[in-house]
Amino acid sequence: MSDLAIIAIKLLLVVVAFLVLPLIVGQVEHKAMAHMQGRLGPMYAGGFHGWAQLVADGVKFAQKEDVVPADADRRIFSLAPAVALIPYLVVLVVIPVGPHGQVGVSLDPGLFFALAMIGVAVLGALMAGWSSANKYSLLGGMRVAAQLLSYELPMVLAASSVAMAAGTLNLSRIVDHWEWWWLPWQAIGGVVFFIAGLAELRRPPFDMPVADSEIIFGPYTEYTGLRFAFFLLAEYAGIVVLSALTAVLFLGGWKGPVMNTELGWLWTLIKVMILAFVVIWIRVSYPRMREDQLQKLAWAGLVPLALVQLALTGVIKLAIA
Amino acid sequence: MHGYFGTYLSVVVLFLLGGLIVGGGLLANRSLRPHRPTPEKLTTYECGVDPVGEGWAQSYVRYYVFAYLYVIFAVDAVFLFPWATVFSARGYGSVTLGEMFVFLAFIAAGLAYAWKKGVLGWV
Repeated sequence: MSDLAIIAIKLLLVVVAFLVLPLIVGQVEHKAMAHMQGRLGPMYAGGFHGWAQLVADGVKFAQKEDVVPADADRRIFSLAPAVALIPYLVVLVVIPVGPHGQVGVSLDPGLFFALAMIGVAVLGALMAGWSSANKYSLLGGMRVAAQLLSYELPMVLAASSVAMAAGTLNLSRIVDHWEWWWLPWQAIGGVVFFIAGLAELRRPPFDMPVADSEIIFGPYTEYTGLRFAFFLLAEYAGIVVLSALTAVLFLGGWKGPVMNTELGWLWTLIKVMILAFVVIWIRVSYPRMREDQLQKLAWAGLVPLALVQLALTGVIKLAIA
Repeated sequence: MHGYFGTYLSVVVLFLLGGLIVGGGLLANRSLRPHRPTPEKLTTYECGVDPVGEGWAQSYVRYYVFAYLYVIFAVDAVFLFPWATVFSARGYGSVTLGEMFVFLAFIAAGLAYAWKKGVLGWV
């Protein structure tokens, strides 16, 4: 097969993963959350345990009127969902699913690229909050910005600890270098990375910026129809991206107990799904944190922990080298 | 499609595909959705009550001090990445590690100072 065809197939697979995985996570959230709360969740759509609920939601969103408030900054308002959504698609291309080049594009600064893209995606919510001409949305947008500022630093520090351990920024080669004893070695960094990622996605308990009962879904209040659906899709695509990055950096990606080469992609998928389930589980388990608690957790908790992890990584890496 | 820029070409193609998905979706959406704007519908929704005053509210950016902090630390952190890939390579060794501890000490001292000043909270 020619190189061009291979690249086309890889890009196609990335797009399919981007369109399917978030829906699966969304459906799991519907059902898992319901059962954790002693409910059944969607049961009607599609016949079997409401499996088609999100498809039905999509059909509904596509038929809704697209309202842009007269006072809104029209161009920014329309562009914001795209800015929130597209980076998560592009990140997926650097995430390796298996050994021997089973990755969309093996970028040398892959880790760096992924972190930058996640940062860009947060801008979408900021643009939405600013352009809505709505005081609550503006408050939400400011909280989004504050959260990005606070949690980006521990996330970057924790990620660079893995880069130190592996001696490369290429995500495929990071997994190549990964050994099982990295689990305890990088445990602090892994927890910091995952929590900071949750906060950047504004998932509960870090959902102060979109707190629906206080500031009416913050930056997304004025959105209707398909544009609103794009924001929701971005949230679930973000969960997939965060879970995949955590799996690749801290849990060894395609490396499992058996058959790493043949079933590598399956190990990656299993790890991603388990982490996505943890994201949902955390949502059900913890109440929303207050804004000052959020900031305190980042600066007084996660940043010092990430610095400790960096020191630990440096010392042990030189000791074994 | 080989070489340094070749790999980035597929990233650019994926960007365009993303634009196509969003743009195409909105375009298809245009033929499916109703469009009947009324002045009432186009007012800002806010919390469901008619908005009071201007849409652009005056607000106090409460976290601007640690926004500065973030810029400083994040620029520092960016320098970590190229360093992280070489620090354990042949010919670097413990001196480089010592440099890392100097770097960590700088960040930790800055953080401790900011903490003492009480600017890390949502005031």
